[in-house]
Amino acid sequence: MNATAPASHIGTIDPVTNLLLAVDGVTVDFDGFKALNGFSLTLDRGTLRVLIGPNGAGKSTLCDTIIGRVRATSGRVIFKGQDITHLPEHEIVRRGICRKFQTPGVLSGLSVVDNLMIAARRDRRWWCSFRQGVDAEEKARVADILETIGLADRAHIPAGQLAHGEKQWLEIGMVVATRADLLLLDEPTAGMGPAETSQTAALIRRLVGQHTVLVIDHDMSFLEQLDARVTVMHQGQFLKEGSVAAIREDADVAAVYLGRTKEEKHG
Amino acid sequence: MDMSIHRDTPTPLTGAPLSGPMAGPRFSRPVALSLALVAVAALAPWLVSAYELNLLARFLAMGLLAMGLVLVWGQGGVLSLGQGVFFGLGGYAIAMHMKLAALGEGELPDFMVWSGLDALPWWWVPFKSPLVAILGVMLVPGVLAALFSWAVFRRRVGGVYFALITQALALAFATLLVSQQPSTGGFNGLTDFQTLMGVDLGSTAAAHGLYWLTLALVAGAFLGLRLLMNSRYGMLLRAIRDGENRIRFLGYDPTPFKVVAFTIGAVLAGLAGALFTLHAGVVSPALVGVVPSIEMVIWVAVGGRNSLAGAIAGTLAVNLAKDGVSSAFPDLWLYALGLVFVLVVTLLPGGFAGLVGDVADTSWAKRLKSIIVGRSK
Repeated sequence: MNATAPASHIGTIDPVTNLLLAVDGVTVDFDGFKALNGFSLTLDRGTLRVLIGPNGAGKSTLCDTIIGRVRATSGRVIFKGQDITHLPEHEIVRRGICRKFQTPGVLSGLSVVDNLMIAARRDRRWWCSFRQGVDAEEKARVADILETIGLADRAHIPAGQLAHGEKQWLEIGMVVATRADLLLLDEPTAGMGPAETSQTAALIRRLVGQHTVLVIDHDMSFLEQLDARVTVMHQGQFLKEGSVAAIREDADVAAVYLGRTKEEKHG
Repeated sequence: MDMSIHRDTPTPLTGAPLSGPMAGPRFSRPVALSLALVAVAALAPWLVSAYELNLLARFLAMGLLAMGLVLVWGQGGVLSLGQGVFFGLGGYAIAMHMKLAALGEGELPDFMVWSGLDALPWWWVPFKSPLVAILGVMLVPGVLAALFSWAVFRRRVGGVYFALITQALALAFATLLVSQQPSTGGFNGLTDFQTLMGVDLGSTAAAHGLYWLTLALVAGAFLGLRLLMNSRYGMLLRAIRDGENRIRFLGYDPTPFKVVAFTIGAVLAGLAGALFTLHAGVVSPALVGVVPSIEMVIWVAVGGRNSLAGAIAGTLAVNLAKDGVSSAFPDLWLYALGLVFVLVVTLLPGGFAGLVGDVADTSWAKRLKSIIVGRSK
């Protein structure tokens, strides 16, 4: 079943290598429906990977499983050489994984800058929230991110008043502000026009190196701008991996997408 | 564009202060106004009758509980329909002490004698000590609330389910008090107190002293809660209310933040219950069950659940109305209260405080203010 999947011999991998994340034969069973079916994936430090696949292929479920929102029925998630499969969500995040959700998850009642300050806070234990004062380094980092995501002039308006695309950028900014080693970006360009999409691609390319980035998206022109290795999922399983160009030409990938299209047309 | 959402003063209504990411609490105009109000209120013993002073003292005590609900419900988004339990625990803690303090060696409180009890129940014994009683007023509700809310929030029970559990708690607590008549005084509760730590509670001096104590605690709680709401903790509490999952996936554990808020709310409710018991001279199951617990939420809904001052105003207004309506038309009060609640929820989601904020934001109010203040901006 797993013949085409990448190496599934994680137990033997030395944690001091470049390996950051290893998803090892993970199955997620929702009452008989296998959203992930023995799926494996490895990510090296500082790399960019794009995850594509038809609707229901299990892309978001994979992100949910890595971050602990959904628990693996079997298999393991190894991060920095440690098994994080069963850790509480906030513990997983504290170890250096942060996720941008499909629908923008900004805190609409707080100002833009407060959203980022909460994300940038390094000490997230509750009893430290009573301390006064702002860490200068965190403040500088937030100012930096505000410039990068182009929201410096709107820092003090409530995040709920931002336009959709700006909310997407704010949430990317929040994910970056956490200093996570691994950023999971679920459909970062949803609802964006071509110009905004290009800017987002440029933004993400700048993040690579300092962070490892896993992007889920459908938009082919966005994928070409990202120019990263692509992993294709289908029905909770690994289908293909390769460059954007190779995936574009691949007959199996085309069949998966076309088959889906036909079904939808007839349905 | 940026200017349009700036208010002159950061108020709890708008959430975090807008003047900067972590602007510290400032003693701004609302606080100055509050201090002036406290000063006026401190003169009340010479301005109103003894009866009115007693009413005011009771309502102010309830205001402590209402401010706790602002933190729990308004800021934390956790609706508790069981604040009566914590109010009652505080009230019974101090009442038990006063019953015991009035007794001679080896005597039992009157109702225990009538019920045929021949020894003091073990859980009454520590309350002989005034220190235990006063600490118990805060610690019993606080510890219970912390354990209860930790168990519930850890399992991610929230929203309506949490409200229902707390309501069940209020029902169970009142039922328990009534059913354990020999050791709790049953339906009649505990009453007929004479002295607290040697002070004759019937004296004018005691009435004035207790009133000022209540006022001081209200003012202290107001300032303390304001500091807390303007702190990073307050910001995170509101953030959890608006997006618990987003906060969790930024690496925070929401549970302790909510537990802290709920515990503070319970401690304030316990203090309120103890003060109320001292002012009213009685504590009984009728004050702590489901209906009183819902009424407490209504005070805050009417006043404004995100405003400390609004919560106190709502508590005073609703209770004054209750005093008026229920003495003239005893049967009508609950209908009137229900109607007020429906109207507030549908028309004024921010309560009185929201209305005041909205009015202050209208252009004519701003123009009026600029005329009064003498500068146009």
